[in-house]
Amino acid sequence: MMLSRVAERVYWFARYLERVESMARLINVYTSLLFDLPKDTGISWHNLVVASGSHQEYERRFSVKDEKRVIKFLLEDTSNLSSLTSSLTMVRENIRTTRDILPAECWELVNEFQIFVNENMQQGINRRHRNEFLGDIIKTCQQINGLISDTMRRDDAWHFLVLGRSLETADMTLRTLEAGSRMSVDCFEHDSVHVTDAVWSSVLGTLNAIMPFRRTMKVSLNGEDSARFLLEDTLFPRAVAACLLDMRSSAGVLPGGMPVGKFLDQLIKKVEKGDHYDDVFEGLPAHLDELQRSLGGLNNVINDTWFTPS
Amino acid sequence: MISEKGNPRAASRSVVSALSKLSDEELESRRVAADRTVRDMGVSFTVYMDGSNIDRAWPFDLIPRVIGEAEWKRTEEGLKQRVKALNMFINDVYHDQQIFKDGVVPEDLLKDSKNFRPECVGINPPRGVWAHICGCDLVKDIDGKFYVLEDNLRVPSGVAYMLENREISKRVLPELFESIDILPVDDYPEKLFSMLASVSPRKVRQPEIVILTPGIFNSAYFEHAFLAQQLGVELVEGSDLLVADDDCVYMRTISGLERVDVIYRRIDDLFLDPEAFNPDSILGCAGLMRAWKAGNVALVNAPGAGVADDKVVYAYVPKMIEYYLGEKAILPNVETYLCDDPEQLEYVLANIEKLVVKPANESGGYGMLVGPHATEKEHNAFRKLVKENPRNYIAQPTLQLSTTPVITGPGQVEPRHLDLRPFVLQGKTTTVTTGGLTRVALTKGSLVVNSSQGGGSKDTWIVAQGGKKS
Repeated sequence: MMLSRVAERVYWFARYLERVESMARLINVYTSLLFDLPKDTGISWHNLVVASGSHQEYERRFSVKDEKRVIKFLLEDTSNLSSLTSSLTMVRENIRTTRDILPAECWELVNEFQIFVNENMQQGINRRHRNEFLGDIIKTCQQINGLISDTMRRDDAWHFLVLGRSLETADMTLRTLEAGSRMSVDCFEHDSVHVTDAVWSSVLGTLNAIMPFRRTMKVSLNGEDSARFLLEDTLFPRAVAACLLDMRSSAGVLPGGMPVGKFLDQLIKKVEKGDHYDDVFEGLPAHLDELQRSLGGLNNVINDTWFTPS
Repeated sequence: MISEKGNPRAASRSVVSALSKLSDEELESRRVAADRTVRDMGVSFTVYMDGSNIDRAWPFDLIPRVIGEAEWKRTEEGLKQRVKALNMFINDVYHDQQIFKDGVVPEDLLKDSKNFRPECVGINPPRGVWAHICGCDLVKDIDGKFYVLEDNLRVPSGVAYMLENREISKRVLPELFESIDILPVDDYPEKLFSMLASVSPRKVRQPEIVILTPGIFNSAYFEHAFLAQQLGVELVEGSDLLVADDDCVYMRTISGLERVDVIYRRIDDLFLDPEAFNPDSILGCAGLMRAWKAGNVALVNAPGAGVADDKVVYAYVPKMIEYYLGEKAILPNVETYLCDDPEQLEYVLANIEKLVVKPANESGGYGMLVGPHATEKEHNAFRKLVKENPRNYIAQPTLQLSTTPVITGPGQVEPRHLDLRPFVLQGKTTTVTTGGLTRVALTKGSLVVNSSQGGGSKDTWIVAQGGKKS
């Protein structure tokens, strides 16, 4: 038994928590990538804004595209709804109204988390301590998720957490791939094809996927296989197919989950069918775009099935 | 805690001696740790300011308030007696009104009562209980005796803070809990749950209990969420509920509608049901009164229970105890002047600068006058208010309220006024919290302890006889 309203908030709690972690990962890996690249690649800090999906808002407000502006926008800007601070505020707001469902220590961790981030934000903005600061953020997210998966009954609330977190993870993986393909294109255009390997390594790195990729694909690192692995692998938890399968099994357990299950089956087929991963100019971006729109559709079906009381 | 001569009172001796072993630096570091704990635990209350809501950290003072077990036992008896009589009074009000017919309490009282609900006449809630949860405010006068200052029977709040205060002091002063025998408070959620289950109209093994909150912007939202979590029940908002054609209450869940048996509502009567009361309210749920009258759901506290939450009614409580129970009141009232009595009104108008004047139906310390601390202009304004609407005001002498030491800065301790709010539960049985919520005024000399008015709080320790653990 679970209230529709509470289910919705638990779902969004998980989505926002995942967003916090994703943002920290993205900035962390990107910072180290930019240090590795030669200056003439045409890849700039602004790519990070594009990867996070908030470039329209950014361009509306700023013309400068330097490191400081970009990092501030993505980390602490509260009027940017996809900044790390905004996502963290939403994590707290959603758990504040569902404290009776999640493990009690969770609330305390989230409080400490928000205080820590607010007090140490400057460390993330200055380059010197950024890596450590973002690393702490990632660790805290994992600590919260660890606490939840260690202490929570596999009840309805748990399955809504799985739905929210997996959907967000799949979305993040698609975004990261999109950023990778965009940067590959930039590399071609600036005639620095030799750095595309560094780009794809950072794509895998953002998702902690380098080792799993090597052990599974057994080839040297390249764009085509990276995309295939991150989309189709069913065993790597951040691969899109794996996220969809997790959602599929949770949808199967929740009451009245049929419409969501059906939608997921179709989406899984689409991912399995694959695409022209080597075509970074058109084929891959179009494929990623379509999958991303499908995730939006999936969110709507979840909403209609459980959160909108009839 | 400290006697007039500056010596620790008997019950506090062990606590004072333990605390005095801490150096200034040590005490300060414990104070910082306490602040940190409050923040980490997210213990907060919401205040309205400039049209927006601010979530503030709960103001907690490290030094516990200590009460001896024997004194507490007696106080507990007095509270049980009082709440029993109050419930009999409310039930009488909505049935025969015998107490008025017998001339013990004047009949006019109901005519002008803001919290009398004609809709409730003739209704029989389970076990005849209307006020299941009562928060009685107690103060100590200079004579060291507890007096009842007021009874809160509508939606009394603060019990979550009582529990959190204990949690904080356990973390910050662990060694005191080892050496001193402090009676536990954490059985309250269990007692509250049993009480709620005991008034379920459906006699099922697992009645569906919910807490109804006005939502996140309510000043006590923290408490609503805390209690829902401790009780393991759903925290619902009005829009989560609906009353169907069968006059039963249901909640909207991911698997459809589920029947609700007991609603611990934290919404005032008038917002409970737009069908019965305020048609514009979106906080409650249409049809709740219908379902309650049909006996299909228990509302805690029952609608209309607030009729006894009136400072004029308060003045008659000792008489009620004698009338209904045939006993003398164990806990005295603070002396109270009723402004609708011409003789008493005259006294109030003549002595307003010595008195505390309170509206009969406000809470949270709003709209009152503290005579000795007010200007002549304020005295005159209140004289006018009282004359215009005497039924709505009572006056009380300014008590020589007891004080407690409060940490006011690094190594600094000053006395501040305080009160105590124990919570009384009445269902199948009657229980009282061990101690209650101690609130302190944080401003020097102030008598106002409400958190909405800048008050703070302390953990309350009922210490077993001798004070030492054997």
